[in-house]
Amino acid sequence: MKVLVTGASGLLGRTTAARVRDAGHDVRTFQRRPSGVDGVEDRLGSVTDPDDVDRAVAGVDAVVHLAAKVSLAGDPADFRHVNVEGTRALLAAAARHGATDVVHVSSPSVAHTGTAIVGEDAPRADPRRARGAYARTKAEAELLALGADGDLRVVAVRPHIVWGPGDEQLVARIAERARTGRLPLLDHGAALIDTTYLDNAASALVAALHRLGDDDGTVRGQAYVVTNGEPRTVAEMVAGICAAVGVPAPTTRVPGAVARGAGAAVETAWAHLPLASADGEPPMTRFLAEQLSTAHWFDQRRTRADLRWRPEVSIDEGLRRLAAWHAATTG
Amino acid sequence: MTGRAAGPAARLPSPAVAPAELPPSGLPGLDPAWSRLVEVPETPLDAPPGTAGPADVATRTWHVLDTGPLLAERGTPVVGTLLCVHGNPTWSYLWRDLVAATLDAATPDGATPDGPTPGAWRVVAVDQLDMGFSERTGTHRTLRRRVQDLADLTGALGLDGPVVTVGHDWGGVVSLGWAVDHRDALAGVVLLDTAVHHPEDTPIPAPLRLALRGLAASTVTTPAFLETTLALAHPALPADVKDAYRAPYRTAGRRSGVGGFVADIPAGPEHPSADELDRIAEGTRTLDVPVLLLWGPRDPVFGEPYLVDLLERLPHARVHRYEGAGHLLTEDADTAGAVLTWLADHRSTDDDRTPAAPPATPRAPMWHHLDALADDDSTALVEMAPSTGGGVRTVSWRLLARRVRELAAGLHAAGVERGDRVSLLVPPGADLTATLYACLRLGAVVVVADAGLGPRGLTRAVRGAQPTVVVGERRGLAAARALGWPGRRVSTTTLPPLTAAALGVTTSLPDLVDAGAGADLPPAPSPDDLAAVLFTSGSTGPAKGVAYTHGQLAAMRDALAAQYDLGVGTGLVAGFAPFALLGPALGCRSVTPDMDVTAPRTLTARAVAAAAGAVDATAVFLSPAAVANVVATAGELTADDERALAGVRLLLSAGAPVGERLLAEVGDLLPGAVPHTPYGMTEGLLLTDVTLAEIRAAGPGGAAGGVCVGRPAAGVTVRISALDADGRATGTLAATPDVTGEVVVAAPHVKDHYDRLWLTDRESRRGTPDGDGGTRLRTDVDDLAPGARWHRTGDVGHLDADGRLWIEGRLAHVLVTADGPVTPVGPEQRAQTVPGVRRAGVVGVGPRGTQQLVVVVETDPGARRPGLATPALTAAVRDAVGPGTVAVLVVPELPTDVRHNSKVDRARLAAWADGVLAGGRLGRP
Repeated sequence: MKVLVTGASGLLGRTTAARVRDAGHDVRTFQRRPSGVDGVEDRLGSVTDPDDVDRAVAGVDAVVHLAAKVSLAGDPADFRHVNVEGTRALLAAAARHGATDVVHVSSPSVAHTGTAIVGEDAPRADPRRARGAYARTKAEAELLALGADGDLRVVAVRPHIVWGPGDEQLVARIAERARTGRLPLLDHGAALIDTTYLDNAASALVAALHRLGDDDGTVRGQAYVVTNGEPRTVAEMVAGICAAVGVPAPTTRVPGAVARGAGAAVETAWAHLPLASADGEPPMTRFLAEQLSTAHWFDQRRTRADLRWRPEVSIDEGLRRLAAWHAATTG
Repeated sequence: MTGRAAGPAARLPSPAVAPAELPPSGLPGLDPAWSRLVEVPETPLDAPPGTAGPADVATRTWHVLDTGPLLAERGTPVVGTLLCVHGNPTWSYLWRDLVAATLDAATPDGATPDGPTPGAWRVVAVDQLDMGFSERTGTHRTLRRRVQDLADLTGALGLDGPVVTVGHDWGGVVSLGWAVDHRDALAGVVLLDTAVHHPEDTPIPAPLRLALRGLAASTVTTPAFLETTLALAHPALPADVKDAYRAPYRTAGRRSGVGGFVADIPAGPEHPSADELDRIAEGTRTLDVPVLLLWGPRDPVFGEPYLVDLLERLPHARVHRYEGAGHLLTEDADTAGAVLTWLADHRSTDDDRTPAAPPATPRAPMWHHLDALADDDSTALVEMAPSTGGGVRTVSWRLLARRVRELAAGLHAAGVERGDRVSLLVPPGADLTATLYACLRLGAVVVVADAGLGPRGLTRAVRGAQPTVVVGERRGLAAARALGWPGRRVSTTTLPPLTAAALGVTTSLPDLVDAGAGADLPPAPSPDDLAAVLFTSGSTGPAKGVAYTHGQLAAMRDALAAQYDLGVGTGLVAGFAPFALLGPALGCRSVTPDMDVTAPRTLTARAVAAAAGAVDATAVFLSPAAVANVVATAGELTADDERALAGVRLLLSAGAPVGERLLAEVGDLLPGAVPHTPYGMTEGLLLTDVTLAEIRAAGPGGAAGGVCVGRPAAGVTVRISALDADGRATGTLAATPDVTGEVVVAAPHVKDHYDRLWLTDRESRRGTPDGDGGTRLRTDVDDLAPGARWHRTGDVGHLDADGRLWIEGRLAHVLVTADGPVTPVGPEQRAQTVPGVRRAGVVGVGPRGTQQLVVVVETDPGARRPGLATPALTAAVRDAVGPGTVAVLVVPELPTDVRHNSKVDRARLAAWADGVLAGGRLGRP
């Protein structure tokens, strides 16, 4: 099977492309920069360019669509352009070129309304209630993708907080902020959160791709949250990552309500002011404040049963691998 | 109009006239397809035969909910009709859940889930005339008129049986009127918060007096009565449901029936409806169909005395009181489910009511030794510190026997009859013992609730049990007065007249003794008569009344005697209240040590030694909390104390499991004693027994862990009902080793039933040979003792290959994770092996089926405030308990139950952990 993996310059896209390749498929990747993955065909371009998309999709049997604008702040129009219109173009091209299967990579935030998630499965994406431009546009994109199930076979997979070696997002940010004293623990840090070790997220996407091809049709039109299934308190998770990358765990505490208020203010100001911190992100957005002070862990029973998948790497083992990688790359 | 007074209805505005109509659509829970209008010719009251021609007969239009047409459309056979009658000021909307439930139970092929017989129950739920969406007739309708109205309606519908009447509030009276007049069609009676009789010497309930005083204003011209009723739901009704109840009563004209109903309440014998109410109340006594009484104890109008009155008229009724529910019972509790369950039980083809076990063997009555030793001057009882003061008090068998006899005769002379309930608010000691045995001999039912329940719990318990008489010390009676408990008051000592009057006390134990001195005793009760209602500790929800017959109490005594070789000549230190009372029944010399019985952890080693010395004790019974303090205060013992303790051969720590270490330490204080710890509960005091040596021999248990409670005690059969993947105990009764499930026992000394808690009682016998209806399951058990009854303990555990029972926690505390159920005790024991962990509680957070395991620990040294465990402690506990441990929390002190101060209150802990780990406040659990 020839499989197009979009967004393969990102960490999860790269890892997934390699996994799909290892599963014996021909892999083509599609993004603006080279993927750096051996043994795959890179097509460079943008999902916002219909011609680029058309060329990338031509001749493939299946698409694993990871390309997205992932950020905690920014111009809502940019999010819409990449996440909604990019997905729309990709789905149209897939239908046009006779590709059959689409694994749409989404996010649990598409159904996250700011209240605690305690053992829920995967509620329907809701663009009106999702928080922040990223989540709103991803919600819209997921509805588009699942709506295309019919002529195409489509499944949406929502990995939750992916982390692992090479992570420029969560791990690098936690490390950087902890080092510069800008990572406070919200409240007591006891909110229970699910996370997903990188390899588990990638193997879940491959499992979803394979299950789409099965005749039973179980996963078609469905959305699945994917996590390690090992919720941890925010404090423990942050401390574990800090320990793995050799920085001290945060000790400052900020009441969650204060942080949410501040986050909202910063978010608003950010949209209008040409300010930037070292990593180009505002120091605390409301979305992040919510993520770090309310529980969000999921019921994984349907995911595991339908995808016939279980995570291979535990949180503890993942942290060991992260520490080893950190030692190797900084040593 | 007859010659009698017109009654309060004369004070109401002229009633309105309006046609019947259908309810508006969109009312929550109500399907417009259930509604219909029925035209019914009205039979005149008191019309001499032949005088009323067809032209004089009015026709009334009713709105009814009727599932008959729907069932006919579906082709479902109808097995009978539930004729549902609402009260004031509601309408048939009250029964919407029952309508829906009967339709749900009527599966397309006509087979009901609980019964093998196909078919469904049709529901006819009426709006009484002038009420709901039925016609406004422009008349004031009396009770007699309303009973006839209902008969006219069923006549018009052609309902000829079988009919089960279902009535709430004053609809209960109307439905009973129909029931007594239609015996051929009547198949059963269901009543919810209603009354058929009001004693003449007490005023009617205050809310009704208030409504009657400002009758027109409160009921008709303003919606006050309606709004007050709608505010009685627990929890409060959603706004749209309240609006639905209001829908037919929007204007004063629509509410004339509400006022008419209140005006028709016979507040006295001269009222126009008093005769009809009396006729119905007396007729109720002759109903021999199955009866279900469902009750909301928080009802400010239909209080528990009305329930007691109904029970006296319908002694065969099944009763369930929904703790926490009130007047709008159908809104507060799943009464629809209860009614369907009850109907299914009665339709079950397995109607064999013969007990599973061979009949009980005859046993000596509880007062047997008091008769046998009536002329014996040796010591029966010693109180080391009587609550009345005055130093050690010693009572001989002769004196105790005489007092019991005199008290029994005195109580009888004072009007206490066999079957009357007597609440004992007396601290353990000679007074309690004498009164207890006097009640037993008389056949009065003893109600015992532990002061450890606290005032609220005690009040709930006493209200629920509705004693005729309360016997108490001054302090207890003052509380009874303050908390408004029912029952005539008897004080333990004769009080000054003013004090007695202030406390509502009518007599005292000394007065009763005097009155009984020369009087004859009535015949003794029979073994099957109810003897006692003992309240549970309430550590697993509201305290439940556990009812025992005389035969079952005698069996409990015999089980203790056989298990521990107790009898005449045994000196017994009774540091655990339930067993203390059994001393005279066993023939033992018993002594109550100097302690605050409401706080067992106040018992010291010296107090035990002093008590042991007073009766040359060979046996010591303690509660687990007392054991801990006795060990802690062992350093104070003198050489004399140690000598007194040296004669003890048996140490019993009862009430909750104690750890091996603690048992060993207290054993060291009693070098001649074998430490035992029995396993039991209020529903069966002695189920298994284990010695310290056996605990040590058993080791740490299998993979599931647990506390070893030993082998079945005398006369006890133990089985396990395995947990399924959803954590429910659905397995058939089995003795397969290492299978975890609910512990199910059978013994002659197991409870008879839960008092006025039919659903709870039914569940406690589910899936056993004593189960009701479809829950009855035959099991081949050939070792059942005569008279044995089955009981689900609510505990989970397993049997090992050697037949020992291991307790793994409460069924209600089982976590149900994505990988299946997890019992809490094993993980708690593993957590407690981690250095620095003093005690652990294991609870689940999140929805059942995908719960996550959380360990909450007390540390040594203790934490000053709750918080997350350190990374090192978290890792160590996770290593010990298992990788499924998502979080470890530290608290200064784990919450424990009221009575024993020893069992971790996991329900409370789980609610706390749920909040904290969802990002909530980190307060104390």
